Amino acid sequence: MSTMMIRRVFVNGAKNFVRSGSVTAATVLIMTVTLAIVGLLIFLSAILTNTLTAIKDKVDVNVYFVTTAGEGEIISLQNKIADLTQVASVTYTSREEALISFKARHATDELTLQALEELGDNPLGASLSIKAKDPGQYEGIVQFLSDNPTTGADGKSIIDRVNYFQNKIVIDRLTGAIRATEQAGAAIVLLFALASAVIAFATVRLAIYTAREEIAVMRLMGASNAYIRGPFIVAGILAGVVASFIVLTLFYPLSWYAGSALSSWLGGFNLFSYYLGNFALFFSILTGSGFLLGGVASFIAVRRYLRV
Amino acid sequence: MIYFDQVSKQYRDGTPALENVTLSVSPKEFVSIVGHSGAGKTTLLKMLLAEEKPSAGNVFFEEIDIHGLPKNALHHYRRKIGTVFQDFRLIPTKTAYENIAFAMEAVGRRDDEIASDVPYILDLVDIGDKAHHFPHQLSGGEQQRVAIGRAIINQPDVIVADEPTGNLDPVNTYDVIEILKKINELGTTVIITTHNKGVVDAMNKRVITMDKGKVVRDDMHGHYIL
Repeated sequence: MSTMMIRRVFVNGAKNFVRSGSVTAATVLIMTVTLAIVGLLIFLSAILTNTLTAIKDKVDVNVYFVTTAGEGEIISLQNKIADLTQVASVTYTSREEALISFKARHATDELTLQALEELGDNPLGASLSIKAKDPGQYEGIVQFLSDNPTTGADGKSIIDRVNYFQNKIVIDRLTGAIRATEQAGAAIVLLFALASAVIAFATVRLAIYTAREEIAVMRLMGASNAYIRGPFIVAGILAGVVASFIVLTLFYPLSWYAGSALSSWLGGFNLFSYYLGNFALFFSILTGSGFLLGGVASFIAVRRYLRV
Repeated sequence: MIYFDQVSKQYRDGTPALENVTLSVSPKEFVSIVGHSGAGKTTLLKMLLAEEKPSAGNVFFEEIDIHGLPKNALHHYRRKIGTVFQDFRLIPTKTAYENIAFAMEAVGRRDDEIASDVPYILDLVDIGDKAHHFPHQLSGGEQQRVAIGRAIINQPDVIVADEPTGNLDPVNTYDVIEILKKINELGTTVIITTHNKGVVDAMNKRVITMDKGKVVRDDMHGHYIL
């Protein structure tokens, strides 16, 4: 198709969009609802991810060392653990820091502090707090520790205990719950996105159905299929893009209101901040979806009436 | 120029629309096809426009079997034929000017050609003062003139008009027929289907009479006999 014909396709598409009045309004309205659902799914996904991340952050495994373990040996083990691909972070707590923390926790417990005083020496060992990238990976990390025992100068293991086994049931249940929630979330997002796409498709098809006789006449006038189809695709894309702009505009005051109203309920997650911080993501997904939905739906719908 | 060679058409439910029709139309002829509703007139035109395929037989246009043309060549073939319908079938979102211009745009004519030809044709069909009216702002007769303008703008070899006066009052009927006669006199073949006895008789041109899918009469200077 020549540049002249492409320009005509765009001009005719834009004119169709503007002049089709109620048909255009209905298409844009349905597309707006569809894209609003897609946008809400992005928010839902973010809330879910944020909540799950907060829960995941609360899960860790602590390795407690015997009091005779040397700091060098512990730091060496910390580095080995940090190199594991499953590990997100490893935090070292020295004997002294453990003692200060213990005293702070029991500042009002006179009896415990007095007992500690009478011991004379620091009875607490150093520890490593390990956070895995995924809660399901703790078992592998603990396995690494048992496969690579670290011994001190006396030949005995410097690890006193690992609290994974006592927390295993809780971690396993949490891991299962997180996975199930993620899968359910993805399924819901997919289902709603699919349902909205089907509704948008049906609307565009209906809009083009009203123009079926026009298409037939264009064919009889000798217009090529590409030249007939082009303006409908342009009008469909315009409907999708205009709808996406409406949704992006509506989300500004809505997320502002919801952000302040729901922040405490969502554990500090502010929808308005998220919207502003991820505007490029919203813009690209919504505008891209509108563009694709409008374009592809028009392409398919017109094809039906171009068959000889 | 146009040759229907033993063409038959049967619809899916078994109803015969055309039975063994053989006829030819020469260049510059004015042919009226008459017959009762369901006689096969419109089916015959649809065959010529490659909208319907025959169940048997062939339709030739300038020695080309039109139903043997590949799909991507059909639009080139259809550019040789201008079409006029009883219900006008103008594009509702385009003005009278744009409806006629569309036919030129579709075949890839340049903007300057469109700018010079469309006003000429609008004046020819006597609708120049309503060039920027949309179809719903025009009367039936005015819409049909726009439709004729659209059909002739690309100077087709043949004008096919399916009941072009069916929705018009006597005055507009007369005007439309006069325009079609003028087009024919300028050298374009015209084929119309009609129920209008007055039109056919006044024309004194070739009349093909159809009944139950068959050609029952073919008179060079015929009358409406049913």
